[in-house]
Amino acid sequence: MNPNLLSDHEDGKLAASAHLRWQRLSRLLRAPLLRPLAALAVLLLIDFLMIPGFFHIELKEGHLYGSLIDIVNRAAPLMLAALGMTLVIATRGIDISVGAVVAISGTVAAMLIGGTMVMHDGVPTYASNIPMGWALAAAMGAALLCGAWNGLLVAGLGLQPIIATLILMVAGRGLAQLLTDGQIITVYYKPFFFLGGGYLLGLPFSLFIVAGMFVVLALLMRKTALGLFIQSVGINPVASRLAGIRTAALIFFVYCFCSVCAGMAGLMISANIKSADANNAGLLLELDAILAVTLGGTSLAGGKFSLVGSVIGALIIQALTYTIYSLGVPPEVNMVVKSVVVFLVCLSQSPEFRNLVHSVKRVPSS
Amino acid sequence: MSIAASSAEPALELIGIHKAFTGVKALSDVALRLYPGEVHTLMGQNGAGKSTLIKVLTGVYAPDSGHILLRGKAIAPRSTLDAQECGISTVYQEVNLCPNLSVAENIFIGRYPRKWGGFGPIDWQRMAVDATQLLARLDLHIDVQRPLSAYPLAIQQMVAISRALSVSARVLILDEPTSSLDEAEVQLLFKVLRSLRDQGMAILFVTHFLDQTYEISDRITVLRNGVREGEYAASALSRLELVNKMVGVPVDASAAGQALAEHAEITPAAPAGEVFLQARGLGRKGALAPQDFSLRSGEVFGLCGLLGSGRTELARLLFGADRADSGAIGIKGQNVRLSTPRDAIAAGIGFCSEDRKKEGAILELSVRENIILALQARNGLLHVIPRKQQQQIATNYVKWLGIKTPDIDTPIGSLSGGNQQKALLARWLATAPDMLILDEPTRGIDVRAKQEIMDFVMALCRKGMAILFISSEIPEVLRCSDRMLVLRDRQAGGEFVRGQLDETSVLQVIAGEAA
Repeated sequence: MNPNLLSDHEDGKLAASAHLRWQRLSRLLRAPLLRPLAALAVLLLIDFLMIPGFFHIELKEGHLYGSLIDIVNRAAPLMLAALGMTLVIATRGIDISVGAVVAISGTVAAMLIGGTMVMHDGVPTYASNIPMGWALAAAMGAALLCGAWNGLLVAGLGLQPIIATLILMVAGRGLAQLLTDGQIITVYYKPFFFLGGGYLLGLPFSLFIVAGMFVVLALLMRKTALGLFIQSVGINPVASRLAGIRTAALIFFVYCFCSVCAGMAGLMISANIKSADANNAGLLLELDAILAVTLGGTSLAGGKFSLVGSVIGALIIQALTYTIYSLGVPPEVNMVVKSVVVFLVCLSQSPEFRNLVHSVKRVPSS
Repeated sequence: MSIAASSAEPALELIGIHKAFTGVKALSDVALRLYPGEVHTLMGQNGAGKSTLIKVLTGVYAPDSGHILLRGKAIAPRSTLDAQECGISTVYQEVNLCPNLSVAENIFIGRYPRKWGGFGPIDWQRMAVDATQLLARLDLHIDVQRPLSAYPLAIQQMVAISRALSVSARVLILDEPTSSLDEAEVQLLFKVLRSLRDQGMAILFVTHFLDQTYEISDRITVLRNGVREGEYAASALSRLELVNKMVGVPVDASAAGQALAEHAEITPAAPAGEVFLQARGLGRKGALAPQDFSLRSGEVFGLCGLLGSGRTELARLLFGADRADSGAIGIKGQNVRLSTPRDAIAAGIGFCSEDRKKEGAILELSVRENIILALQARNGLLHVIPRKQQQQIATNYVKWLGIKTPDIDTPIGSLSGGNQQKALLARWLATAPDMLILDEPTRGIDVRAKQEIMDFVMALCRKGMAILFISSEIPEVLRCSDRMLVLRDRQAGGEFVRGQLDETSVLQVIAGEAA
């Protein structure tokens, strides 16, 4: 046997396996969720190094406590809003009325629940104006109505999404302020607070709401053709209509869905602060939601989308806020630092920028 | 009268222009001579290379090789602005001016006259006076202070022209300026063009309207498949000859053509099935005059006509993509309303659009998703096709149609045009339609894929499907169709059965010379 031949053969095998490994690695590097995950990891690493006891989680009175739990809990409304926003953006749309819907649903719920504490034989019991279930349903109904309005303007009248939802962005918060006379409405009804600050199985209840919504969406994507149709409409609405997809109905649906998500976020926020603040509740939440979707790797140009990515994006934003506060960065600098980080993450997602980096790298080597 | 062309020096001369896009030849060895004081019309079918040539002339594309001579001096415009500074101005089909600025501002945009020797504020008064004078040159007397949008499209086009003139153009290119004008407006435009020609301007006019070509042109250059067919004096070229040159009549049957011809002989006109679709007075204002026709199961019904003749419009009406404003459609003897594509799909109709990229493929979705899309849409949102079944359907069609793709999960956008077209054909076949509308199914794809698709169409037809076949390649339509409708200027030119027409007579009908 020719020894050279053998070694050649071995070399070839080695090279092939190296090639395979490289292929696997490069496929991993191109995985769409890698960048948002990496960004989150870097943030957490900084927290680990700079904030003592950051990863410490302890069990107190059957509740889990710790910075991580705190971040996840506070990110819950944003995660909900981002989930809804993902579908809207996937159809090439945008919904900037999210914050206004948060204010509306919170206000409706708070006004209908109101609540008083009465002493019965020395035991405090709580009474709401109307049963809480009805109040929550009314709040969600109001949110759905908002979504239907947006959907009608975009899908029915063909308005540009940013303009169509701008109307509600302005009018919605104004409406909520009218309802409350510009006052903060305080809720005195303990069961309501559970939505924002309760615990179940040791974990914040808000997480279960988000998880529930995520599971519903994931099932919709798997068990129905919704995901395919949304992507198709987002990439090419004309061709989708010609293929027989009800594009208008689909677009109407995503705006309704987005508002329902925002409405739930509104309930969470107002339960958390035990009141409805029509002026400030959910202020600029739409921008954070859009940001979360973008950070998660869903393009504003529509089409392919990632629900997991948007959830990670929301976590990045909340972790960033937490980090900035924990590091003792003065509040004045807060916004600037946030924008710089966001800029860096978005830059890393820009194909133009990546090409630029690649070409700069290639020049010296050739 | 036009200045004697041959004696003068050309205002603009193109020599040996080559241009290819990723291996596809768009222009090869194209020459063009444009003399001062003539209206020269550039004619050719879609994809003949007209737009590419204009873009080379105006600096949008750089030619791969060849020369552009302006009054004998070589120029190499790198942008439209560059070309404009050389004296080549272009007016496009869609007026690209600012509708909310005044007429005067539009004419002088970017070059506003200024006070104090060019450094002061804008001299509005001078601008208005100059604009009025410029427009007067075109015999147009309008208030230049009013916003452009206050005037009809024809006037806007004149403003675009006078803007071109104000940069002292020597060569004026008009790219399909009359597509959106009505007859009176066209006459107004032509009056201006004639007066400019008499002042010595060299005008290159691009259009696909035959009547207008003969009305205004001194000479005609015909392009076909990126090659110059020839340059002719308008008076020496009959309409029939012109259409012949544009469409191109094969001198001898190519190998592919022969194979198809044999194919056709083995399968003589299929025994006509029952009437599947009956249209009575079907029409839409501005798109198609009311038409009566019927399609039978198991027959290929061809639609022939030049671009803009109403053939695509007719297909869109049948598919519910546009709403008909007159007439009725019956399917299998029952009256139906086809007001959306969904209605048409439910009635058993499929539609392969002529514009694959805009109206067909969902480029970023996979071959599998593209193939099952129409079927899934018909099944509805809730009845999702199981993944396994999707794969089965896609794999089968990839095999049957010979779609060349690495696998069924590759984005369709990375496939070649021919393979994309086959996948879109598969999308409709998967819905098992009774009738299939194929609008230019073979445009822009290579000869092999073309033949494969045509073979498939014939096979489908033999299985009893009704096929509405639209193509600008007349030989193709003649070969395939059992019956055909020739459209001309959105009107019916006549309906014919197989064997009743040959290429020449079809061309005659299209050209409007009675057959």
